[in-house]
Amino acid sequence: MGATVEDAIRVQRKAAMSVLAHADGDAIARCLGAIDLPAHTDLREPENGLVMVRGRIGGDGAPFNLGEATVSRAAVRLATGEVGFGYTLGRDLEKARMIALCDAMVQSRALADSVEAKVLAPLRAAMLADRARKSAEAAATRVDFYTMVRGEG
Amino acid sequence: MYVAVKGGERAIENAHRLLAHERRGDREVAEISLPQIAEQLSLGVDRVMTEGSLYDRELAALAIKQARGDLIEAIFLVRAFRATLPRFGATEPVDTGTMQVRRRISSTFKDIPGGQVLGPTFDYTHRLLDPQLAEVGAPDAPAASEPLTAMPRVTDILGRDGLIEPSPEVDADAAVGDLTREPLNFPAERDLRLQNLARADEGFLLALGYSTQRGYGRTHPFAGEIRFGEVEVEFLAEDAGFAVPLGAIAMTECQMVNQFKGSATEAPCFTRGYGLAFGQSERKTMSMALVDRSLRARELAEEIKAPAQDEEFVMSHSDNVQATGFVEHLKLPHYVDFQSELGLLRKLRAEFFTAAGAEPLKEAAE
Repeated sequence: MGATVEDAIRVQRKAAMSVLAHADGDAIARCLGAIDLPAHTDLREPENGLVMVRGRIGGDGAPFNLGEATVSRAAVRLATGEVGFGYTLGRDLEKARMIALCDAMVQSRALADSVEAKVLAPLRAAMLADRARKSAEAAATRVDFYTMVRGEG
Repeated sequence: MYVAVKGGERAIENAHRLLAHERRGDREVAEISLPQIAEQLSLGVDRVMTEGSLYDRELAALAIKQARGDLIEAIFLVRAFRATLPRFGATEPVDTGTMQVRRRISSTFKDIPGGQVLGPTFDYTHRLLDPQLAEVGAPDAPAASEPLTAMPRVTDILGRDGLIEPSPEVDADAAVGDLTREPLNFPAERDLRLQNLARADEGFLLALGYSTQRGYGRTHPFAGEIRFGEVEVEFLAEDAGFAVPLGAIAMTECQMVNQFKGSATEAPCFTRGYGLAFGQSERKTMSMALVDRSLRARELAEEIKAPAQDEEFVMSHSDNVQATGFVEHLKLPHYVDFQSELGLLRKLRAEFFTAAGAEPLKEAAE
């Protein structure tokens, strides 16, 4: 039972992190402006680094190193004890800190609902709208090739 | 041999100042911004990220601006930058099957599940210069229709019937080769070869891939599938204790389907070559897939007789930062080296003329 609850929270945290990682730092900051932020401290000062991005041979086989990407990471602790982690592609340190803060709030019973309503929901809607738009633009370029039979006549 | 020389500090400083002036160009013309480069010269940015081996659009744009549009110089700058940051680790291997596709074509099947999606492509353009682009103006908004459905990889479809060889299996015990950490040794395994090819100069791979098509290590390729779009990336963060999402990276993947192999014990099936790169890098991934396949000659017991099949030749000369370093170092002062060669040459000439019984000509430079 305990493991199941933990798994559910982890799924929730990953989903929130995914939405936040896709968002602009400015957009996250605007959303967070609508919330009374809880007292918190930096557990890990935001820092820049690299990750080696891996692909798979043939798309689904053994891994290989494709190349690196810049990332930022941070960790915060709420005064109430929740610890949040922030990871994102790119070099926006403040974005990493805000993701960590949101991750901590997602784990707090008192704050999870308002983070969902004020931050995650609008950012998720924007992300899905952006994806749907790009997909619709690509779909308009879908073709039906037909093969000309050679050697006729 | 290059020998360090002293002096010339003032000249060097002034040369760099002149370089900065020339980079800016006519000051009456508006200065180019990094977002302009990232948005409007995006394929150049993709190439710098791929060969610079660092996914960061803004840094690649900065490098292109600093290098005055010289992409190999920009790649050099990006490579140097990556040495300044710590590496946190490696991502989980990305799943290109779940790519948010913006382009996906197959030259082997016209009716593939998900369809042929042209996306933003130069294909089928007439390659006529467009005078309208000389003027400032907004193009039409893109057309839209019902969003795309799932896009299985063409090679997965072929694989279901056993018509194509499976990808090499994951060996949990084997470390993933990394040529940024260990020096190259030969023979090199396919993971290292693919890392090398991913960073390799596009022009070099293009020429090698072309050579295989013209008969130097022929592999009878078909473009089984080319796809471009965004792929989600996750990183196993030790502090968090699970794989955290990092966001999405734009990538191009090319699956070449090549001539079949078979034996007394194995049914014949198509073989494959694989290409993967950051951004929209189609020529690069196609060339990479051709060369990946030709470099499998040893593994597939093919006769090795063409440059594109020789992994030591290919991998040792594919990196344009290494290549440009060695070629361009020739312009640095080699005065001492050259003086000793000059002395030796004069001695040999004197011996030659003495042996021939002729009067040596007075050396003009003496």
